[in-house]
Amino acid sequence: MSDRIREKLNILADAAKYDVSCSSSGGTRKNDNKGIGDSHSSGICHTYTEDGRCVSLLKILLTNHCIYDCLFCVSRKSNDIKRAAFTVDEVVDLTMNFYRRNYIEGLFLSSGIFKNADFTMERLLLVCKKLRLEQRYNGYIHLKTIPGASEELIKEAGLYADRMSINLEMPTEAGLKLLAPEKNHADVIKPLDFIQQNIVQFAADKKLIKHVPKFVPAGQSTQMVIGATPESDKDIMYTANAFYKNFALKRVYYSGYVPISNDSRMPVLGTQPPLLRENRLYQTDWLMRFYGFKVQEILNDANPNLDVDIDPKLSWAIRNMQHFPVDINKADYKMILRIPGIGVMSAKKIVQARKFGKLRIDQLKKIGVAYNRAKHFITCADSPYQLRDYQGTQIKAFIMAESQSKYLKTDNNQLILF
Amino acid sequence: MIYIFDGSLTGLLTAVFEWFERKPGPTTLKVNTIFQPEAFTETVEIMSNQEKADRVWKGLQKKLKKDWQRTFYCSYLSEIPEAYDHLFQFAIYIFENEPGAAANYGNNHVIALAKYAKSVEREKHRMEAFIRFQKTGDGMFYTSIDPDFNVLPLISNHFKNRYADQQWIIYDLKRKYGLHYDLNTVEEVTINFSESATNPNPPLALMDEKEALYALLWKDYFKSANIVARKNTKLHLQHVPRRYWKYLTEKQLA
Ligand code: SF4
Repeated sequence: MSDRIREKLNILADAAKYDVSCSSSGGTRKNDNKGIGDSHSSGICHTYTEDGRCVSLLKILLTNHCIYDCLFCVSRKSNDIKRAAFTVDEVVDLTMNFYRRNYIEGLFLSSGIFKNADFTMERLLLVCKKLRLEQRYNGYIHLKTIPGASEELIKEAGLYADRMSINLEMPTEAGLKLLAPEKNHADVIKPLDFIQQNIVQFAADKKLIKHVPKFVPAGQSTQMVIGATPESDKDIMYTANAFYKNFALKRVYYSGYVPISNDSRMPVLGTQPPLLRENRLYQTDWLMRFYGFKVQEILNDANPNLDVDIDPKLSWAIRNMQHFPVDINKADYKMILRIPGIGVMSAKKIVQARKFGKLRIDQLKKIGVAYNRAKHFITCADSPYQLRDYQGTQIKAFIMAESQSKYLKTDNNQLILF
Repeated sequence: MIYIFDGSLTGLLTAVFEWFERKPGPTTLKVNTIFQPEAFTETVEIMSNQEKADRVWKGLQKKLKKDWQRTFYCSYLSEIPEAYDHLFQFAIYIFENEPGAAANYGNNHVIALAKYAKSVEREKHRMEAFIRFQKTGDGMFYTSIDPDFNVLPLISNHFKNRYADQQWIIYDLKRKYGLHYDLNTVEEVTINFSESATNPNPPLALMDEKEALYALLWKDYFKSANIVARKNTKLHLQHVPRRYWKYLTEKQLA
C-alpha cells in the first residue's frame, strides 16, 4: 500500500514540476468554520528545491495519462514513460496530511487529459469539493482549467478554487502550431475569458448582495515555455502584456524549456535551460507590473531582445540618458522608481525621508540604495560635482567592471554555455 | 548618564518615563545582563513599573501609526542589546517631535529600528514556513524550534487561525517556553525535558502510526519536484540557510 502510493506520488509530482507557478498568494480564505487552514495573502514558501525554486504547494497531476501528443510535454501520448493515476481520495488524503504538518500552503492540481476534457475536469472538481465541504479545508487550491471542459464544470470549479490557470504554452500561435498541431491559443483564451467575466460578475454582485460566494479570489495565471521555439523576447513580452491587459491576469510565468525530447523541432536533449533569459523576462515583467514601465519602452523593433549582460532597467536607463541625472530631493516618485539601483522600498523611503531635509549620500546608502549603481543617474545634497557628462555606454562599462566578479559568480552555470 | 534596565519591555518603557521625569541629558540604555560599570559615567538602575510603562506605551500609540508600533515591538523582540538603546532613543525622539517623525529615514534610530524589525519579521516568516509538525500517538502536532529572535509572540495567531481543529505545541528550546493550542486558546507552557535534553523530539514510539509514512512521502515529493537540469545550490542556500535545515523533514537523511 505505501509502496504504491509512493510510486504514484513520484510519477505524478515529477510530471507536474514543469509548471513553474507555485505562488500561493492572493488567497483570501479565512478559517471561519473552525476547520483547517487559511490563506496568507502574500503566500508562504515552505521550502525550496535544490534548484532554488519555492515550494509552496503540493503540485501534482491527477494522472499523466493523456490523449494528446504535445511535443514539449513529458506526459505526451507517444512518450514511453510510466503512467499512474491518483484516486480522488488519495489526493485529498495527501493534501490534508501535508497541510496539517505545515509542509505546504495548499494544493496545485493539474492533469493529463484522459478520455475527454469533461471527464477530467469532473475529477478535479470532485477533489476540490471533498476538500472544501467534507474536510472543511480553507487552504489554497490552484486548479488547472482543462481546455475544452464545459462551462458549467469550470464555473463550479471556480467556486472552490482560489486560483485557476491555463497555459498558453508557446508565446505565439505559430510556435504552438509547430509543436502541438492539435492545439491553438483560442482554446486557452475562451476559458480564460469565461472565468474573467465571472470574476467580474461575482465582484459586481458582491456590491449589491451580502453573501456572494468567492469565485477564483486569487485570479488567473498562465505560463509560456521559453526557448523551445524561436520567438523573440519582444514577441514573448508583448503576448504577456496583452494577456495581463485583456484578462486581468495575476501572473504570467516564463518557463525556460528543459529538453525532454529528441524531436528535431526543439533544442536537443542535454541543452541547458535558458535560465538567464528567463530571469531577464521576469525582470521585465516586474518593471511592467510594479515600476510603471510600458512594455514598448523596454522592447521594440530597435531592441527586440533583452540585454544578456545587464538587467532591463539599467538597459533602459542607458538608452535614455536624457532623463538623467535625477534629483533625489525633487523628482517625483515615478521617476525615482526608474533609477537603476533603487527598488520600490527604497523609493518609498526616499519620498518620505526627504520631507525632513535634503538627503545625503550616506543616508541613501542606509536606506538601501545600491549607491554604486545609482550614483551615475542621480544628484543629491552632497553629490560630487561632475566635470563632464558620461555617455550611456561608458556608464555601462563602469557598472559592468564593478559588478564583473559578482556577476561571474552568480551566473557561472550560465556562462559556461556561451 | 547610563540607565540600566532588566531586559523587559516594561523596563524599557519605564526607562523612557524616568528620562522625561528627570531630563538628565544624553543617556544610554543598557541591559543589566551585559552591563559593565564604567568609572566616570553615572548610572541609574531603572525599576520596572507597569503603570509608568503603560503610560509611555499609550503615548507612543498616539504618536505612532500601527506599522511603527509593530516595528517598535519587533525590534524589542530581537533581544539585541544595541537595539534596546535605539528603542530608547527612538522613543525620546518620537515624543520630542511632531507625529509622523517615524517616517524620517534620515534619522539613525529610525533606520536602525527598521532594520531590526525587518530581521525579526524575516525570522517570524521563516518559522511560519519552516516549522514541521510531527503527529504524536495522542493526536498532538508537535514541533520544537530555536529561533534567532524571540518570535513566538508573533507567530501565535498565525498558527491558531490556521490549525484551529488540531492540538499543537510549538516549543522554543532556546528560551525554554512554548505555545500550546488546546482547540480553544493558546497558552504559554514550559516542559521539563529530563533525560533527553539534547534531543527534545518525541521518540518514534510515541508517534502516530502514519507519521513516518507522511514524512517519507514528503521527502519523496521534495526530491521529485527538483529539476536536476536547473540545479542552483547558491540560490537554494540563500533561501534556506543551513541553520534552518534541522527543522526541515525533507532535509533529514534517515
Ligand atoms: S494536453 Fe497537456 S498533459 Fe496532454 S500532452 Fe498536451 S500539455 Fe501534456
